[in-house]
Amino acid sequence: MSIANNTTGLQSPPSGDGSAILQAIKANQPAPVALVEIPAFTPFFDDVVAKYMEVLTAIGGDVYLVNSNEEIIEKIKLQFPGAGRIVSFCAEFAGIAEEKTPGSSAHSYENVDVFIMKPALAVAENSAVWITDNDVPVRVLPFIAQSVVAIIRRQDIVATMHHAYDKIADVDYGFATFIAGPSKTADIEQSLVLGAHGPKTMTVFIQQ
Amino acid sequence: MSDNANNTTTHAALSKKFNADEPRVDWHDETLWFVRSKRDKAANALPEWEELRETASQIKNNVLSNMSGYLQQFEEKARQNGMVIHWAPDAKAHNEIVLSILKRHGVDRMVKSKSMLTEECHLNQYLQQNGVEVIDTDLGERIVQMRQEPPSHIVLPAIHLKKQDVSDTFHEHLHTEKGNNDPQFLTNAARLHLREKFLTRKAALTGVNFAIAETGEFVVCTNEGNADMGAHLADVHIACMGFEKIIPQRKHLGVFLRLLARSATGQPVTTYSSHFKKPRQGQEVHIVIVDNGRSTQLGRKDFRNSLKCIRCAACFNTCPVYRRSGGHSYHTAIAGPIGSILAPNLDIKQYADLPFASTLCGSCSNVCPVKIDIHDQLYKWRQVIGKQGYAGKAKAISMQGMAFTLAHPSMYKVAGKAGRWFLRNTPFLLNNKLNPWYHQREMPASPKESFADWYKKNRQPNNE
Ligand code: SF4
Repeated sequence: MSIANNTTGLQSPPSGDGSAILQAIKANQPAPVALVEIPAFTPFFDDVVAKYMEVLTAIGGDVYLVNSNEEIIEKIKLQFPGAGRIVSFCAEFAGIAEEKTPGSSAHSYENVDVFIMKPALAVAENSAVWITDNDVPVRVLPFIAQSVVAIIRRQDIVATMHHAYDKIADVDYGFATFIAGPSKTADIEQSLVLGAHGPKTMTVFIQQ
Repeated sequence: MSDNANNTTTHAALSKKFNADEPRVDWHDETLWFVRSKRDKAANALPEWEELRETASQIKNNVLSNMSGYLQQFEEKARQNGMVIHWAPDAKAHNEIVLSILKRHGVDRMVKSKSMLTEECHLNQYLQQNGVEVIDTDLGERIVQMRQEPPSHIVLPAIHLKKQDVSDTFHEHLHTEKGNNDPQFLTNAARLHLREKFLTRKAALTGVNFAIAETGEFVVCTNEGNADMGAHLADVHIACMGFEKIIPQRKHLGVFLRLLARSATGQPVTTYSSHFKKPRQGQEVHIVIVDNGRSTQLGRKDFRNSLKCIRCAACFNTCPVYRRSGGHSYHTAIAGPIGSILAPNLDIKQYADLPFASTLCGSCSNVCPVKIDIHDQLYKWRQVIGKQGYAGKAKAISMQGMAFTLAHPSMYKVAGKAGRWFLRNTPFLLNNKLNPWYHQREMPASPKESFADWYKKNRQPNNE
């Protein structure tokens, strides 16, 4: 930087304040340009449930339409017969899962086989589900588990990311994430492999 | 990690090296073209694609014009959220800040997810020299780290390697079965190897895709989940960002997240789009905001648009020169068309050759999700470089190199194939007045003339 500055920061970096940098930026930024509104895009499909299911299947997830918790529990038992450790923060799965309360250390979940969660929002165009640490108080759980199961309500599926952000624009949280399918990589010769560092499978149940 | 910014190397010389293995270059070219095609498919599926790009571009124009205001707002909000903000004027300061945080916590081993900024700052080398072990956790980055190579692509770091190479590397470093080239097997070996690192490291460094001024949160996008595994298991999370990552409001993520993954790999969104707003209980989160030449670039009227980049790499995948010369030939952390605009800002002499490593076909500008006028900027750099007296050599060498790169493979010499190749590789060339190679010339009509022959006849730049 060429700005002469005898008082602050350049040679005493750690945690110095930003005034010298901000000053340089301010001096160099172009004349004000107004912020545009995001246009109200019409979704390019009509049936959000069908779209959600189509996209999740295409990116390697499993998806089922269900009518009851019993049905979900049956399917989970079938899909994960040998599962050692199943964890959930939702009371209705106490029969098959350890019901957890917040507070235990992140590392204590390293051997979780299946994590069951109930996201409050899902997005049809990319099949992502949205969770915050209000619902999942152990942030690492949806990443460290070998498999994740998400239960969403049909009416909580919105069409696009714009619709999603309309709903969550003002929500407070410490951490939140969109999760779309199992973790994946194609870093070895562009061959798609499911289960990079996070879950190897993602199963979504849509409650009618 | 080896120094990838060696003064004695040029794009031309390095691409010649890359071109020594012709089948591999063809494979590289085709693989990246395949990624480009996936991008096209994803983009075409959205009727509002062009309007989305335009919106993203305009939001970024607003950001450029109020950069200092948004950054101040971000700093204030992030502090309220309990994060620690640091400002780094340059790469050296950035590296020192990171080291000082680690030292304060007595940490000498760290996991790191993908951050091109830390590549730009050569953080790994610096930390290693200061006794800190850094493990890159993105699979592609871990592979190239084991091989002591820099990433060759900002989204696909190991795209220059084949599965046999990865198998050999893992056999050497992870003792996997020799000759087992199965990507599933190799990925699983890396998963087990890196899980142990995630569980035992107390500090994690991540990059930042977007920082939200309104809320003081930042967003990190990955497919592998490695940023989250690192950050949520570590006591200390350090997030490093160039200051241009700022966007005004959370709802603007709707625009950028719709564009980013579709442009990068053709996915509708990355597997994880994680929003970090407050440290978890007992955790420290540090955000290092870096200038390193960006404020200078912001002051360059002709080049400031390069700061709108969201690092999707669509311009790499579509670039005929990148596809046939490989990322390492750019001898800078960020390769490809956008890297060739960013690098001369940092050191015009060292990177004088890069703006010439382009056909100026304009395909990059056409795919860019934030509508950066990439090929215009490359052209403008050529003029600046010319005025400052670095052009002669850089241009001569680069043009030669490109002639070699684009004309060498035998397939171009086959009559009839040339036209098809030409269309595929230089789709926007025809009416491009800026192109010194093709100025006032028609596209070669005769399929009987090979590209190499045609190129030889038409190579004289005549409009600069
Ligand atoms: S310049 Fe545009 S196309 Fe290239 S990486 Fe940046 S955002 Fe993507």
